[in-house]
Amino acid sequence: MNDPANNSGLSFSIHKGVTRWGETGIKFWLRICTAISLFTTIAIVVLLLVESFGFFREVSPIEFFFGTRWVPLLKPSSYGVLPLLWGTMLITVGAAVIAIPLGLASAIYLSEYANDQVRAWIKPVLELLAGIPTVVYGYFALTFVTPALRSVIPDIQVFNALSAAIVVGIMILPTIATLSDNALRAVPVSLRQAAYAVGATSYEVTTSIVVPAGLSGVMASFLLAISRAIGETMAVTLAAGQTPNLDLTLLESIQTMTAYIVQISLGDTPSGGIAYQTLFAVAAVLFAITLMINVISQWILGRFREVYD
Amino acid sequence: MAFLSEKEQKHLVNRHRKSKLFALLCAFVTWSSVFLLGILLVNIAMDGLGWLDWQFITSFPSRIPAQAGIKSALVGTLWLIVMIAFIAIPIGVSAALYLEEFSKRGRLATLIEVNIANLSGVPSIVYGILGLAIFVRFFGLERSLISGALTMSLLILPVIIIASREAIKTVPMSIRYAALSLGATRWQTTWSHVLPSAFPGIMTGVILALSRAIGETAPLILIGAASYVAFLPKGPMDSFTALPIQIYSWASRPQVEFQELAAAGILVLLAVLLLMNATAIYIRNKTEKRLK
Amino acid sequence: MAQAEYVDATTEKKKTSEAVLELQEVSVLYSGKPAVKKVSCTIWRNRITSIIGPSGCGKSTLLRSLNRMNDFVDGVSIEGNILFVGQNLYGDAVDPVEVRRRIGMVFQKPNPFPKSIYNNISWGPSINGYSGSMDELVERSLQQAALWDEVKDRLQESALNLSGGQQQRLCIARALAMEPQVLLMDEPCSALDPISTAHIEDLLFELQSRYTIVIVTHNMQQAARVSDYTAFMEMGNLVEFGETDQIFTRPEKKRTEEYVTGRFG
Repeated sequence: MNDPANNSGLSFSIHKGVTRWGETGIKFWLRICTAISLFTTIAIVVLLLVESFGFFREVSPIEFFFGTRWVPLLKPSSYGVLPLLWGTMLITVGAAVIAIPLGLASAIYLSEYANDQVRAWIKPVLELLAGIPTVVYGYFALTFVTPALRSVIPDIQVFNALSAAIVVGIMILPTIATLSDNALRAVPVSLRQAAYAVGATSYEVTTSIVVPAGLSGVMASFLLAISRAIGETMAVTLAAGQTPNLDLTLLESIQTMTAYIVQISLGDTPSGGIAYQTLFAVAAVLFAITLMINVISQWILGRFREVYD
Repeated sequence: MAFLSEKEQKHLVNRHRKSKLFALLCAFVTWSSVFLLGILLVNIAMDGLGWLDWQFITSFPSRIPAQAGIKSALVGTLWLIVMIAFIAIPIGVSAALYLEEFSKRGRLATLIEVNIANLSGVPSIVYGILGLAIFVRFFGLERSLISGALTMSLLILPVIIIASREAIKTVPMSIRYAALSLGATRWQTTWSHVLPSAFPGIMTGVILALSRAIGETAPLILIGAASYVAFLPKGPMDSFTALPIQIYSWASRPQVEFQELAAAGILVLLAVLLLMNATAIYIRNKTEKRLK
Repeated sequence: MAQAEYVDATTEKKKTSEAVLELQEVSVLYSGKPAVKKVSCTIWRNRITSIIGPSGCGKSTLLRSLNRMNDFVDGVSIEGNILFVGQNLYGDAVDPVEVRRRIGMVFQKPNPFPKSIYNNISWGPSINGYSGSMDELVERSLQQAALWDEVKDRLQESALNLSGGQQQRLCIARALAMEPQVLLMDEPCSALDPISTAHIEDLLFELQSRYTIVIVTHNMQQAARVSDYTAFMEMGNLVEFGETDQIFTRPEKKRTEEYVTGRFG
């Protein structure tokens, strides 16, 4: 390229000089854009760490991680995060109990039983379900699920964990169904044929050949959905209420980590104070948990992906 | 039939029964979730349709339900869409182009990839906290439209990058070889050949990402979008409200009238989402035809 | 010398054999378009029958209709009768699972389950309610497939770690574990190297005393080497069917002669 003898004419070489300048500039711009994603992660981590350190200068980590009372705004205050963690766990486990079997069953139906026309209808519907804003699910919980539950269980509170867990379950179901469907469809047809050829029924082929063969993708979809349930905010804030609660109950109001963050930011908590810093400490816990689950899910995908040529 | 022994035959009847039951169960579950979507929409439509009229669209929020409307929220959401599009699309597509067309395979590329995958799984409320600390407080942008748009842009960047990369990957290598062999530079090849071919896919991904952004509530609450705004923003530095915020604020009030207003607001929000998705499909179909 | 013995053996066996599968004017149609047209022939017990012909001639389609694997293809329909020990395979009362339980299949590309070697063999028998000793069955099947000595110390390892040739013999063992009456093989060596191919051809000789084998192959030498009977197909038609010896040395049809002498296809 730099050898002038190979250049056919002057005009070309000037033009090339200009493009090379442009090319460098453009590449620089593309690099910056790519780097933004790295900066975002660094910013999140640094921010949460620094603000949490500030918080832990005032409150001992032992109280935070092992304390059983979360009363950050009233005197005498107490900063045990366990009730919030417990609330998040209740919702997440409840949602997973609903969404994992139903989502997997839907995925199996889509990949093993539904014909192409049915698939072409149901998949977009599931994607639509997944694209509905979470505040809408919160509304659905308040105005439909909770009244329905009250007619069955009269002494359930207006704000209760059950209703929130149900809608969060509905919310993450499409994620499990569509991602697991993709994983099951990636299992080669030749394996199904081999299984049918030894005289298996469709149930046997599905449960002992296809699902195990696509298990890494299926597990990853579960984890992704669970991580979404943990980070889910609006539906639980609207439906489950704002009462930190360490009881094993689905019928009472609870508070999740996310709902607490919303509660603080809606109030007039002055910035800089300790109540304000709880925001970052709780967010740091939330971030750490979801990050861990996401990393595990990616690890499963990479490590256990069956290699079919 | 007599291909099998009697014992095997009996066993087989059971196996078939189990298999049929299983298939029916799976079908039932799937159709139930479709049915559920139906219930959800009908429930909202029944609550909200009565309130949905021109007055509702063109009024500011009010203490009196009959006079309340979503003018400021709808305008705020439209501002957000446009601003997020201008911020997130160029950056996201550029990053995708860099990762697919320019970067060398190596540790750094892997790190960036893993990082983007992880970012897409970070809860939206954490982005809200980031936006609050960086844009609202550190850069002093206050509780403004620009703070909201920047926060939302960070939130959907990973989605845009991942979708755009998928679209770029589908462009056949032969197109690149053809352009490069004519003496085009890497960027000329990318700009004139790769990008146009990948455009429909990128557009679809981008619009889906944008529609995720406008449905997000938590980050906007964090950066302090107000729920009672009786004026329209005039520029990016003005404070604002948005549809999901307005819906949340109405839904969290105990009075039935406000809850029904929330339902009406949801209908408007879903209409905006539907419009965006329809646009995505339209662009994809139109461009596909032109390329053919 | 082996050749002479083999020919003698064929003539010897011929007298004692009976029909296992009888094809009567069998047509296979994909959305109305015929891929196999009115094929009639008989598959004899304990014989190896090969089906040869240029690619796309319908030989695999025909093979897959023999254990109802075509059921999984959308828009497929079968005309004519296929009688399996006297009963129509496509009769109303026939359960395809039963058919596949009795008529095993080995596919073009090795397709072991992503399970251990042991479980690859034991899965079929166990779902079908096999009540004998599984360990013995696994050992016997692997021995019949001439794989036992290579894998006996690592039965719990994943089958995906085996070489291509070993995988294919595992797939044969998997089919044999069901003790099928017929074994269908769809170009079982096409994805294998010459040494693995020779292994499997040797295996076929061993197996023919116990099983009826139908093998589709695009390799004419292979058909000539391993089979007792040969069917030559072209464009969905069965052009000629007869003893392998006769098809390769004294074909009745001109097309058959042109094909086996390599003038086309």
